[in-house]
Amino acid sequence: MAGVTISGVRKVYAGGIEAVKGIDLDVPDGAFCVLVGPSGCGKSTLLRLVAGLETLSAGDISIGGRLVNDREPAERDIAMVFQNYALYPHMSVYDNLAYGLRNRKTPKDEIDKRVREAARMLEISDYLTRKPRELSGGQRQRVAMGRAIVRRPQVFLFDEPLSNLDAKLRVSMRVEIRRLQRSLATTAIYVTHDQLEAMTLADLLVVMNGGRIEQIGAPLDVYRRPQTTFVAAFIGAPAMNLMAASPSEAERFGGAATIGVRPEHLAFAAAGTAPPDGGLAFQLTVAAVERLGPESLVYGHDGMGRDLVVRRSGEDDPPIGAQIALVAEREHLHRFDAAGERLPV
Amino acid sequence: MVEHSRFRTVTAHAILWIGIAIVAFPVYMAFIGSTHEASVIANGQMPLTPGPLFVENYYRTIFIGSSGSTREPVSTMLLNSLVMALSIACGKIAISIISAYAIVYFRFPFRMTAFWIIFVTLMLPVEVRIYPTYKIAADLHLLDSYAGLALPLIASATATLLFRQFFMTVPDELVEASRIDGAGPFRFFKDTLLPLSRTNMAALFVILFIYGWNQYLWPLLITTRDDMQTIVIGIRKMITTADALTEWQIVMATAMLAMLPPVAVVVVMQRLFVRGLVETEK
Repeated sequence: MAGVTISGVRKVYAGGIEAVKGIDLDVPDGAFCVLVGPSGCGKSTLLRLVAGLETLSAGDISIGGRLVNDREPAERDIAMVFQNYALYPHMSVYDNLAYGLRNRKTPKDEIDKRVREAARMLEISDYLTRKPRELSGGQRQRVAMGRAIVRRPQVFLFDEPLSNLDAKLRVSMRVEIRRLQRSLATTAIYVTHDQLEAMTLADLLVVMNGGRIEQIGAPLDVYRRPQTTFVAAFIGAPAMNLMAASPSEAERFGGAATIGVRPEHLAFAAAGTAPPDGGLAFQLTVAAVERLGPESLVYGHDGMGRDLVVRRSGEDDPPIGAQIALVAEREHLHRFDAAGERLPV
Repeated sequence: MVEHSRFRTVTAHAILWIGIAIVAFPVYMAFIGSTHEASVIANGQMPLTPGPLFVENYYRTIFIGSSGSTREPVSTMLLNSLVMALSIACGKIAISIISAYAIVYFRFPFRMTAFWIIFVTLMLPVEVRIYPTYKIAADLHLLDSYAGLALPLIASATATLLFRQFFMTVPDELVEASRIDGAGPFRFFKDTLLPLSRTNMAALFVILFIYGWNQYLWPLLITTRDDMQTIVIGIRKMITTADALTEWQIVMATAMLAMLPPVAVVVVMQRLFVRGLVETEK
């Protein structure tokens, strides 16, 4: 068991494209670290650098305190789960699981023990003799996980492992991955573009954008105190309302250029309600309502033409075109400067 | 929409049967010819029913040979042809799968140059480079040997290209998963790439075996000894007899025998062959 230390890591591709622009990250032993960001933000490249599938352009990567910059992937004591599973199509499930161990000259009975144990954990014991093409997507996913588990590596690396599954399976596998990682207490680095997956899985959430880290923190800290407008917009669904501040608002909120408020923090109020102390009041013209069942999303714009989303329990949805007064409390407002950085309250 | 009316089915079947008859009739005639006496064919009275000499003619063909030109039993020729066709097919597959592996999976200087050089040899079949190839074979003392028969025909651009195309469809993640599983280049080749190429290899084997079996010009040049000649050459030599009667029944029996191994290969490997051409197992 070991942590992963990434310092000053850069990756420049042959074409001169810089995919990773100087990243420092410390993943503690046993932590579940999720790298999240839009496509092309360098998260997969970073993961592949840790795996050793790409060579570093600069910086150092240590796994368990051991510098692994020039180590082959097999020598790094990591295991990786790929997006398309990358199972060996001609081998049975058993052989898929055992292959890595055989290459390491593990004794036969030890291999058998570990394969059966992993299969039991993942509930694929009945499929051990089948070929991957005879399995469903979810079962293949389990085999891919099993291949990582039998190796008992120091670090699990996941490259968007759930994105090929349907929505329902994705949720159950998500829970399962978390459970497995906890019970094995193995450090994990997990790449995804799905912020929901990121929020639910992570101990340590790393939001990336354009080859850089935007914010590192516990998921709820990142959600509650996004450090940049990018993080504010990326984490949370529907996204935080980010409004260009009017001159008077800018004056009231310490020179903020952008004011953010989460959809669930906008409350309906009686018409003409004054803004609460240090808070904001809006007049919303309803443009659309999405009824999700337990809650509704009310879309509209305020008097200055700024788009807003309000989340509320779906009991009495306002009709389209209605005028609604909204208030937001002071502690729910997020202030960002012109560069998109969070301003201290 | 295809309508399954009775008329259409009957017509389609009739056309197919006519086609089969056109293809099969000469083969049938050859078989008939191989069961009669030489004089029957020489007289120009080709019968349509098998004659009485089936066992005798085939026995003579296989173990004794024609009395005139070739002086070798056909079994020797069959063996020669078999060795040549198998060496060519296996050699070509081995060489091309290795070179395709190098070209697709390794980054070495002049990789693309190497690829294009292989590609260009598509335009240089044996017939074009016959003199230099013969000279080299002669200088290496390969005349009248199995090596001489097979080696110059082994290098193959087509097979290399086919494997290259196939390898490029193998997902990169498989290579990466193998690397993480601790499989080096050789292991990856042996444990993953070779099993995945199985159907492709089978399809190629069928094509290349027949290619090798049907070789004419090269064996004609490279072999002078009777005990090294291939069956295709043997048939030709039997037909051109100077002052004697052509032993047509022997010629026909030889032709029938020459046809059997390629047919057997196709029949046995047909399923794999079709799979190799249409299906990719990934």
